[in-house]
Amino acid sequence: MFYRECGNFKDNYASDMAIFPIPLDRYGFIVMLILALIVIPLTATDYWISSIMIPFYCFALSAFGLNILAGYAGQISIGHAAFMAVGAYASLILYGRYGIPLLPSILGGGIVSAAVGTFFGLPALRIKGFYLAISTLASQFIIQWVIVHWRWVSGGVFGTVEAPDMQIFGWALDTPVRKYYLVLCIMILLITFGKNLVRGQLGRNWMAIRDIDYAAEIIGVNLYRDKLIAFAVSTFYAGIAGSLITFCYYGAANIEEFHVMVSFALIGMIIIGGLGTILGSFLGAGFFVLLPIAINQSLGAFMDVVPSDILSNIEAIIFGGLIVLFLIVEPYGMARLWHTIKDKMRLWPFPY
Amino acid sequence: MGRKLMFTLFVLVVAASFVMVSGPAMAADKEKKKEAPKQYVPLLIYRTGPFAAGGSGIGSGWEDFMQLRNMQGGVNGIMYEWEECETAYNVARGIECYERVKSKKPAYIHPISTGITYALLPKGTKDHIPIVFEGYGRADAADGRVFKWAFNFPTHYWSQNTAKIKFIAMKQGWDGKNMADIGKYLKGLKIANLHIDVPYGQETKPILDDMAKKYGLVVRHFPVSWPGIDQKAQWMDIVRRFKADWVINRNWGVSCTVPLKEAARMGFPRNRILGVWWCGSEEDVLPAGPAAKGYYATNFHGVGRDFPMIKQIVDKVYGAMKGNISFTRVGSVYYNRGVITGITMDEALRTAHKKFGVKVINAEEMRWALEHMNITEERIKEIGAEGLMQPMKTSCADHEGGGLVRIQQWDGQKWVVASDWISPMKDYVRDMVEKSAAKFAKEKKIKLRDCSKVD
Repeated sequence: MFYRECGNFKDNYASDMAIFPIPLDRYGFIVMLILALIVIPLTATDYWISSIMIPFYCFALSAFGLNILAGYAGQISIGHAAFMAVGAYASLILYGRYGIPLLPSILGGGIVSAAVGTFFGLPALRIKGFYLAISTLASQFIIQWVIVHWRWVSGGVFGTVEAPDMQIFGWALDTPVRKYYLVLCIMILLITFGKNLVRGQLGRNWMAIRDIDYAAEIIGVNLYRDKLIAFAVSTFYAGIAGSLITFCYYGAANIEEFHVMVSFALIGMIIIGGLGTILGSFLGAGFFVLLPIAINQSLGAFMDVVPSDILSNIEAIIFGGLIVLFLIVEPYGMARLWHTIKDKMRLWPFPY
Repeated sequence: MGRKLMFTLFVLVVAASFVMVSGPAMAADKEKKKEAPKQYVPLLIYRTGPFAAGGSGIGSGWEDFMQLRNMQGGVNGIMYEWEECETAYNVARGIECYERVKSKKPAYIHPISTGITYALLPKGTKDHIPIVFEGYGRADAADGRVFKWAFNFPTHYWSQNTAKIKFIAMKQGWDGKNMADIGKYLKGLKIANLHIDVPYGQETKPILDDMAKKYGLVVRHFPVSWPGIDQKAQWMDIVRRFKADWVINRNWGVSCTVPLKEAARMGFPRNRILGVWWCGSEEDVLPAGPAAKGYYATNFHGVGRDFPMIKQIVDKVYGAMKGNISFTRVGSVYYNRGVITGITMDEALRTAHKKFGVKVINAEEMRWALEHMNITEERIKEIGAEGLMQPMKTSCADHEGGGLVRIQQWDGQKWVVASDWISPMKDYVRDMVEKSAAKFAKEKKIKLRDCSKVD
């Protein structure tokens, strides 16, 4: 059957290690890929591509980065938006001021962000839980302060670095569709890499640390190294996401785009979406990026009937209500719903 | 059962919201085609979030003005049609709004947020849509040779701060006319620049430092970290250590009120605090109660309902129950700022009508009009906005136009005018603006427009 293995027989290593053991997932993934790669660029309007899909992918990527740290390795970070800012400013400076080609610049943004992230991850070697959360909150404010006050970075009193026109090998990335493809390709590449990372030895180590850290240490997991790697990888993803969203969506790096509320939103994304799942990063990002816009747009229909001040607040009320509702319905996140369905289907019609 | 029910409900709500996006929007599109063409005006405002007082006041004042014009038959017969887009003062949402309204061909965009302005400036330049920021955003956009698509009339922060220094000198006994001896009154005066530590707050640091050198002032900057609810340490510093003579209150939203309370606690006279115009609304001082009495704030327009224009709005718009905000806020600072926004837009459209004919004006034509606006004293009287707004004349080189600043004082009940229109140190500010704009042009490799060749 397409929604389950035909029995639980795996007769070779390849099928045992498959990313998608169930055909349903496999085909579903292919359909999603076709949708994202072909259907959306062909059919969607510029508005949809440039201001809905691009930020959605970027936030999904950033949420996935945070998910590596919080969902897989169990280390909380409330300063993730600041690392996006580091990546954004770093890649803009590399590309705009030093003329380094676009792709290495974006990679450079990720690497600088990873370096900074590793530094701020150092407290994780000694503290955990809420205490770590507070120390990462400090990273948000320290980075924000440094960017605003270090003139060389922020380019003077206005604190803004504009994104120059993008090109790869002389090929201009000027239309929304081209930017969309840039974001999509980098995202797919990084998510594939990340998925394999969390499936491998490193991912297992992280999960062991997340579940019981001293037990992990006893069975031979190098806590310090693996925690720092988790910080580095996670902030690398944040940096790439930050530089992509600045290049392709914001068009200018300004510290107000990466303030602490964005960090909270990222945490919200992975909690609502599902900690420790890749699907959850996408669902969560969709929930936080797309849903408010959808509510806002659909409320537009009532514009002539309801006073506009009430209308604007209704959006916040509905959105907040949905968050609460969702946490009650499924505390483990939206991805868990899908897992529950899948697990039921695997055993159906003979559940035990 | 309960869980299933809740989940079903949730799915239904989500599904319904998506259906509703497409359904009514399409129906509305069909209806539109039958009517006469209208001037489409998008409002990127914020009625929610920590700065809702500003966004809702300006947005509603602007809407009420357009409502009034529509009741009077539109601008030269062209009706206004507006649409709100809620940004919640959030940059990402602001850009989403910009992209959303872009396809409907707006004549210009006025984002009412410094952060969103910074993000939209490069986009507007690329898409050829004028970005107008009245009284906020970057000051050096006043140089129209570099910033072709940006306008910051009637005045900006740098003008405002020179006017502030002039006002302080006047309070020290200067006659307000002879610029040569202003230094005599300012020498040694200690001014604390209390600013919120985001790019917006930092914008005036260079000009204040420069004036300090020029006039022998002692200026020290006291940064307040965002969102600025706690300013105890800064005030201890300002009053006890620095012993400031004057404090410039450059905050925004909730952080505007805090200095008044702190000053009252420390016994610092409130009539030695001079606020930025985003800290000079009723919403900023009322929460401080009696502690706010005597506080000065700058402004670039009049306050209250005592203007024919506002009275007309009260009579016609609110008389017909078509107002967009609770009646008590009509005539407040932010509300009047919205009306000014409407008037300048209206005048720009009339200018465009004269040149391009009476029709729906597009962004290119609007840019030309914004650059050739001339709102004279007589015209202001004609509109019924005497005292409400200042005369201004924009040109290719000068995108600021007016520049006049007025000081108002809170008497515990309402804002009262505390000074005439103060003109800023125009040449000096212009010099700073040009320098900063030239630096920007060099960085971005923008070729300066030759204004003698532009019509």
